[in-house]
Amino acid sequence: MPVTKVSQLERQRMHPILYLLRHRILSGIVTLFVVSVVVFTATEILPGNAAYAILGHSATPRSLHALEAKLHLNRGIFDQYWTWLSGLFTGKLGNSLASNTPVWALVKPRLINSGVLVLVAGALGTAIGVLFGVIAALRKDSWFDHLTSVLALTVTAMPEFVVAIGLIVLLSTLVFHILPSVSMLVPGVYAWQKPSLLVLPVATLVIVIVPYLYRMTRAATIEALESDYVEMARLKGVPEWRVTLFHALPNAVAPVIQVIGLNFLYLAGGIVIVEEVFNFPGVGQGLVNAVSNRDIPVIQFIVIVLATFYVFVNIATDVIALAATPRRRIGR
Amino acid sequence: MNVDYHLSRTRESSLLARVGRQQWLLVLRRAARTRRGMFGLIIMLFIALIAALGPLFAPHSSTSFVTSSFSAPSAAYPFGGDDLGRDVLSRVLDGGWVLLLMAIGATAFGVIFGAAVGVSAAYLRGRIDGVLMRAVDIILAFPQLVFALLLVSIIGPKLWLIVLAVGFSHIPAVARVLRSASLDVSERDYVKYAEMQGFSRVGVMFKEILPNLISPLMVETGLRLTYSIVVMAGLEFLGFGQPPPAPNWGSMISENQIGLSANPWAVIVPALLIALLTIGTNTYTDAVARVALGVERKPEEAVLLENVAVGESTGSL
Repeated sequence: MPVTKVSQLERQRMHPILYLLRHRILSGIVTLFVVSVVVFTATEILPGNAAYAILGHSATPRSLHALEAKLHLNRGIFDQYWTWLSGLFTGKLGNSLASNTPVWALVKPRLINSGVLVLVAGALGTAIGVLFGVIAALRKDSWFDHLTSVLALTVTAMPEFVVAIGLIVLLSTLVFHILPSVSMLVPGVYAWQKPSLLVLPVATLVIVIVPYLYRMTRAATIEALESDYVEMARLKGVPEWRVTLFHALPNAVAPVIQVIGLNFLYLAGGIVIVEEVFNFPGVGQGLVNAVSNRDIPVIQFIVIVLATFYVFVNIATDVIALAATPRRRIGR
Repeated sequence: MNVDYHLSRTRESSLLARVGRQQWLLVLRRAARTRRGMFGLIIMLFIALIAALGPLFAPHSSTSFVTSSFSAPSAAYPFGGDDLGRDVLSRVLDGGWVLLLMAIGATAFGVIFGAAVGVSAAYLRGRIDGVLMRAVDIILAFPQLVFALLLVSIIGPKLWLIVLAVGFSHIPAVARVLRSASLDVSERDYVKYAEMQGFSRVGVMFKEILPNLISPLMVETGLRLTYSIVVMAGLEFLGFGQPPPAPNWGSMISENQIGLSANPWAVIVPALLIALLTIGTNTYTDAVARVALGVERKPEEAVLLENVAVGESTGSL
């Protein structure tokens, strides 16, 4: 990216974290704006408009016309876009084409369910990945290190539904019968009110996200432990636990934070399949249903929500990683 | 400029290109000789063989109803029946090749166009770089599967369009990796010399820059193949893929999930095949990365993000 003179001067004056934060938030807003335009135009160029998609072959010119007017399809494209974009902020998102209920009422409980799923899986996965990674690095070449390394390599890049099926086979149908294999949630009851339903989806997502984090934590910790300043601290006579906790680990934090961020990004996509396997009523399943029904308002809204989450996680990751890198914190 | 020197440089760069081509095979062979690489390659080839030759050995038609629904395994039907009473073994043997072909197609599309975007952004710099990378950022604002789903919802479930959709969703990641790899290469002296000789820009990119990107290209191809299989099988699983009567490992899992306790094989066998296929490609790619790049591969998106963070936040601090 070309850096103009002015911004360079500003850069010197501003704290690097503030500079990064401002730069990232601005570019994030631009990205989201373009995303909204792309999503809107892309879903509008569908062959045959939404009204036709709903009515299908039973469409008569009159019913088509009436529905077009109801969905504001008879207005200009910019007008439609503006109505939609302002609706994103005011919550007036129109009605789902498939169920004719307001989009927000349809998506809100799903957002809460998915939010719980992502947060719990992300937090657990982070704790397990970091813990195992650090232990494997401290006990490099031990049986623990070898076992976890092989396990991590095997599970990396395995599709979610394969892991999910494996867990279902193991825990809820064939071997043991401890957990429900599909979620039966009555509308109005949220996932966190029935923790047993969360166990398998969370376990699946944790298994899928842990290997990356584990490998990154292990590699970063080993690198930090073998660095000169750690050697120096040891030679000074600093006790080993102090060396590990205060000299080595702080320098392994930044790359680990990047991977934690990536894991959360991954979860936003991973929930689509996992929710479908376990019939978990979240946004992922909502998106799949909407795509099968060509329910455009719902597709548009869910995709925008996921993109916003993506941009937000990206900004948070970069800022936290920068803040956690001692040598990059101070401006020069 | 000294003509002899000039000539020797061209000879050297074409030599480099030739060595580069052989090195490509050399790396693959050396990776196959490591324990990890051999393990991955054997699994990968074994599953690919089942997918490719399976249809020839299918004992029954994969779409005819020959037994009862979710019937238990028997001598005639070793893996039992599926949800509609079709032979699971025949469907498994017949259900891999389309998935594999589509994954290979998507990988080829994604790597070729991703590399084109990445290399031209790095070499041409300036406004083209800015525009291409902004576009890449926008595609990266969606999860890959969601992006593929969005495209499928727009263009409808046609097989070749799904291949293009998945291939297209690979472009940003490939472009970023190859852009950062070729930034350094395009500053080298032999690139400058080629420019002075009057090579066209496209010629320089093909003859001078691309041959030096073989290692990252190989690793990217392996990685994208793994992801293509995962995303393709995922789309099939969700019901966006081959239309119903056709057998497919991905869709077999969702079709037969209800009958898991009656005939688990109808689900376990296709799931196992997909798992083994991705384990194989991923493990072999890991071995190739170790040989080609000489280091333990970091989680690749981390490398991506690192490049971005360094480029934008600390590049000129």
